[in-house]
Amino acid sequence: MRPNVVIIGGGIAGMEAAKQLLYLGYSPILIEKTARLGGHVADWYRLFPDMTPASEVIENLKKDIQNANVFLETGVQFINRLRDTYNVMLTNGVSINCHAILFATGYDLFDARKKEEYGYGVYNHVVTNRDLELWFGGNKDVRIPERPKSVGFVHCVGSRDMKAGNMQCSKVCCMTAIKQAIEIKEKFPESEVYCFYMDLRLFGKKYEDFYISAQRDHGVHFIRGRVSEVGENIDGTLQVKAEDTLNGKPLKVSLDMLVLMAGMLCGEKTRELADGVRMDVDTDGFFKSRDNIYNVTESSRNGIFFAGACTGTKTVPETVSEARAAVLSIHNYLQQK
Amino acid sequence: MIYQGKQKIWSDYQKDIPDDHWFYARSCIRQNFFPASEKYFLEITKGLLGKDICDNEHHTTCGGIAYHSDTIPQETAMTIVARQFAIMTECGYENLVVSCITSFGNYNETIETWREFPELEAKIRENLWKACRREFKIPKYVAHASDLIYKFRNEIAAKAVNRLVDRNTGEPLRVVEHIGCHYSKMFPHKGFGGAEYPCVLSGMVESWGGRVIDYPERRHCCGYGFRQYHVKANRGYCVSNTYKKFESMEPFHPDMIITNCPGCPYFLDRWQYVISEQTGKTYGQNGYGIPVLTYEELAGLMLGYDPWDLGLQTHQVAVEPLLDKIGVKYDPAAKYLGVNKEDIMRPELPQFLKCH
Repeated sequence: MRPNVVIIGGGIAGMEAAKQLLYLGYSPILIEKTARLGGHVADWYRLFPDMTPASEVIENLKKDIQNANVFLETGVQFINRLRDTYNVMLTNGVSINCHAILFATGYDLFDARKKEEYGYGVYNHVVTNRDLELWFGGNKDVRIPERPKSVGFVHCVGSRDMKAGNMQCSKVCCMTAIKQAIEIKEKFPESEVYCFYMDLRLFGKKYEDFYISAQRDHGVHFIRGRVSEVGENIDGTLQVKAEDTLNGKPLKVSLDMLVLMAGMLCGEKTRELADGVRMDVDTDGFFKSRDNIYNVTESSRNGIFFAGACTGTKTVPETVSEARAAVLSIHNYLQQK
Repeated sequence: MIYQGKQKIWSDYQKDIPDDHWFYARSCIRQNFFPASEKYFLEITKGLLGKDICDNEHHTTCGGIAYHSDTIPQETAMTIVARQFAIMTECGYENLVVSCITSFGNYNETIETWREFPELEAKIRENLWKACRREFKIPKYVAHASDLIYKFRNEIAAKAVNRLVDRNTGEPLRVVEHIGCHYSKMFPHKGFGGAEYPCVLSGMVESWGGRVIDYPERRHCCGYGFRQYHVKANRGYCVSNTYKKFESMEPFHPDMIITNCPGCPYFLDRWQYVISEQTGKTYGQNGYGIPVLTYEELAGLMLGYDPWDLGLQTHQVAVEPLLDKIGVKYDPAAKYLGVNKEDIMRPELPQFLKCH
């Protein structure tokens, strides 16, 4: 009988890892705290760079892991280290003895209410990147006007922000903002769209093409500068103050809607869980890999592995690749035992 | 506006302030700008609510204006602060209640700096001892005087004879609240409601029957800004900021403005005259301005004190339209009678801003 492998987290990293473990003949046990698989990606409508429907990615993965043991709405109460194995106690009372654990716990979206000056949860027409994706996907949202004439995107909300206690770049927000800005322009061609950025980090395949297209084909305005504060006009529109650092001038603009690009954080509950097995946390708040070049998917504890955004911010393709790499690490580890 | 969102933020920024026994640090300029405000703070807290507040004549300015204008070094400003603390200690008090927002910020900045740099505190202690042979304890608690009125706002409402309601329509009065920058923009957790949505004044307004207006430039500085106003050449910048605020609040038709800083009520009041002379524009109804009151003056009005005893005749903008809306009884003939009914003379009337 093949050894058990417990995967904590049913997002794309956990699902892809389960799929690969099944291919290799293992019996992965996938633990997901919510009622559905797919994690944050399941909230997204389309994925850059090819505007792939996120639901397509999730549904394909679901088909591939039909034979895996999946526990939904189940958390991990604690993990005990035994001599050569781990005992994982689930919140549903099930106790699993396993030879390897894969943390695919992902990230928490930054709570945009903490950046009080942007007025999320206070002003009627301030939403986050996630809210907008859900709306693109068909969810109703009263905060999004029927025909917005002007829309702003604020980059780096809770990322690269010492005051928010989150210094690292969330990596995907620049590209997500550009993607969403284009999608808004496609839906509302008459609208004026502004992106307020610190600098644009467009490192990935075809990202630069998106950026050029946003300006050339869609007329999105890119303003280099931070938004300082948001207020509400008497007609319910938003007054946004920012600095245009290229012009060297402050600016004030009235917008119908503001979208905050909330960043990624390592989940608080994930860290609590990790404390139980004394896993190290890196200086950026995410899990610490054995090393950050050659053994990113391995922890400093034998038999505990990582995949996806629990070790740092990642794109979807990076997460999928890392899940595969983690499975290979697990396979090699179990072969050596 | 999502009111629950603000309530969530307000619940995050609450402070549990002591109920009694305070040493009162007066402001150097408020007694000139609003001569009765501090008197009525003491009248309400000591006289009406029976609190123990020590008002000592030996303390001085906190040095905040000079410090923020870059005319004295920080160590000098801190030694002045240390002397205030020494007088508080000598009087046997541990809680400091501060009349001025600049001082409130200054005391908090000093204490926080000493917490970060204990060697600086030791140096200031030495400076103070060399200068005047005094020693001090750091206050256990520093509150702004508006914090105390906020804390007792419901007791004041229970004793009030007037409410912030238009007596003709029964509608709540529309009130703009303006918080001094140094109240919570420096240390958000030191102020009720934090830096973005402070509720120290809006809490009073709501308790006393009014409705707070949220307008886009609510958090913008009143325009005073030490390095603006105190440099004569920069005063245009000062008034232009105040103008920006009035243009922003105008569509909401405020009935009055309540403030908790020495500079803000002064400039929001006086600049209405300057703006009217420069542009011919007034912001109140029928050519009047928008009355600007300190929180002590407003509390006094709610409690039924005579508006002229509260010093409201020293304001540039006429307060009579507001008094009439609330239904405050007043004697127009007594407006310019000071202490012992002595005539304090009438001001020259502006060209555009209508005054009684």
